[in-house]
Amino acid sequence: MAEEADDRKPLLSKKIDKFFKGLADAWSFVRRYFQEAFLPPFEFKELIHQCYRIGVESLPLISLTGFIVGIVFTNQSRPSLSEFGASSWLPSLISIAVVRAMGPLVTALIAAGKVGSSIGAEIGSMKVTEQIDAMEVSATNPFKFLVVTRVTATTIMIPLLVMYTDFVALMGSFLNVNANEMVSLTTFFFQVFESITFLDIWSSVLKSIVFGFTIGIVGCYKGYNSTKGTEGVGRAANSAVVISMFLIFIEELLALQIVNAIRNM
Amino acid sequence: MKEKVVEAIGLKKSFGDLHVLKGVDLELYRGETVVILGKSGAGKSVFIKIMVGLLTQDSGVMRVLGQDVEKLKTKALNTLRLKIGFSFQNSALYDSMTVKENLEFPLVRNIKNLTRKEKDLKIEEMLDSVGLPQTINQMPSELSGGQKKRIGVARTLILNPEIMLYDEPTAGLDPITCMEINNLINEVQDRFRTSSIVITHDLTCAKITGDRMAVLLDGQFRSKGSFQEVFSKAEDQQVKSFYDYNFIES
Repeated sequence: MAEEADDRKPLLSKKIDKFFKGLADAWSFVRRYFQEAFLPPFEFKELIHQCYRIGVESLPLISLTGFIVGIVFTNQSRPSLSEFGASSWLPSLISIAVVRAMGPLVTALIAAGKVGSSIGAEIGSMKVTEQIDAMEVSATNPFKFLVVTRVTATTIMIPLLVMYTDFVALMGSFLNVNANEMVSLTTFFFQVFESITFLDIWSSVLKSIVFGFTIGIVGCYKGYNSTKGTEGVGRAANSAVVISMFLIFIEELLALQIVNAIRNM
Repeated sequence: MKEKVVEAIGLKKSFGDLHVLKGVDLELYRGETVVILGKSGAGKSVFIKIMVGLLTQDSGVMRVLGQDVEKLKTKALNTLRLKIGFSFQNSALYDSMTVKENLEFPLVRNIKNLTRKEKDLKIEEMLDSVGLPQTINQMPSELSGGQKKRIGVARTLILNPEIMLYDEPTAGLDPITCMEINNLINEVQDRFRTSSIVITHDLTCAKITGDRMAVLLDGQFRSKGSFQEVFSKAEDQQVKSFYDYNFIES
């Protein structure tokens, strides 16, 4: 009876049903992560392995991107500031932009593309080739081994990568400022640290933790629930990136409102 | 009287509108090999996945080594799973690990306090038993289909299971490799004294490995008995056509 009624539903209603079912499913996945993450046995070896893969193996890409962002942003900002004779404010402007928004955002978006897709594809392919079932029948909890370790690793490593990106971007900016305005390293970083506050740093770190968690959980959720063979694996990887990026922008917007509210208190 | 190691009573399982198992009964006695034959999608794999708790039945009872699988808590289910070896259709080797790491994975997680030397010895012994000691440092992607199946079997044997489940052990293999796998199933049975369920639609495999056959068609076991009993006087048209299609000389 219920199935017959379901068949008669209009397409839009079915899609809304599917959306909310998916949302409930995702919520129970997140809840399961928190339930399993704090209960023994802990998979420390696999966690360290994942931290290495996510953190160290992302360094070349993050370094290059951060450096270019620093140079380009400095170059693009100079004409506007020069118009008002304020090019000496460049280090302050760049540091605020990099620490508050660009560092976390650029790192998270790159990690969503590199790490999120790789997690989605890896777990997805394990799912469709029954490797997850094989783990389960050999009395190993696959959720703990695959999901908890990866989500924890992204949550730990993304904030560290963000700090590194901030530093590399500021170094890129320094090289540009040094070449054009002859500003020394000490003066540059004096201006940088004068402009940024503890609130900027803490909000950046907390935001990065949320971004890292989002990238990990979305990649794992999409991979863990992939079906339909290799096509499903491709879809899982793709939707892991798209959904992570979408959520990162939403979280950035929310974080901005919260930090501004705190700043105005 | 022989001890029942697996007992399925009135097992039913549906996926939406699709009724896969419609109340099936089956027993596996200690030391024997039962072959479950049936068309693709007949529910053969579903049956053995219910045995290890990967799927749950809608109704009926699945008893393994005297325990009702459905009622077991996670810890007890995991203890039971250690007594069951599951050889998957596509081998399900962990493709990011070497052969050695694949075999070590269940070992280190379930048997504590093993020294490095003991682990290595056990792994070498298992690889010897499936005839592939030279593959120890290879990745699964470097192995042939038959080698993957053998390593999959070795990985399940490393925990000394009492029951072996083979899901389509000869699917996608050439006739010579099929023969090697069939012989391996028999060797495992003799050497490790296991009781086995083999899921297949390959009658040659069924004839060579099975003590008893059970033909699963339309969600029910249509015919049970020895190979001769099931196929020599098959009256059921579907069972008969199953035999005819496999071109086996009687």
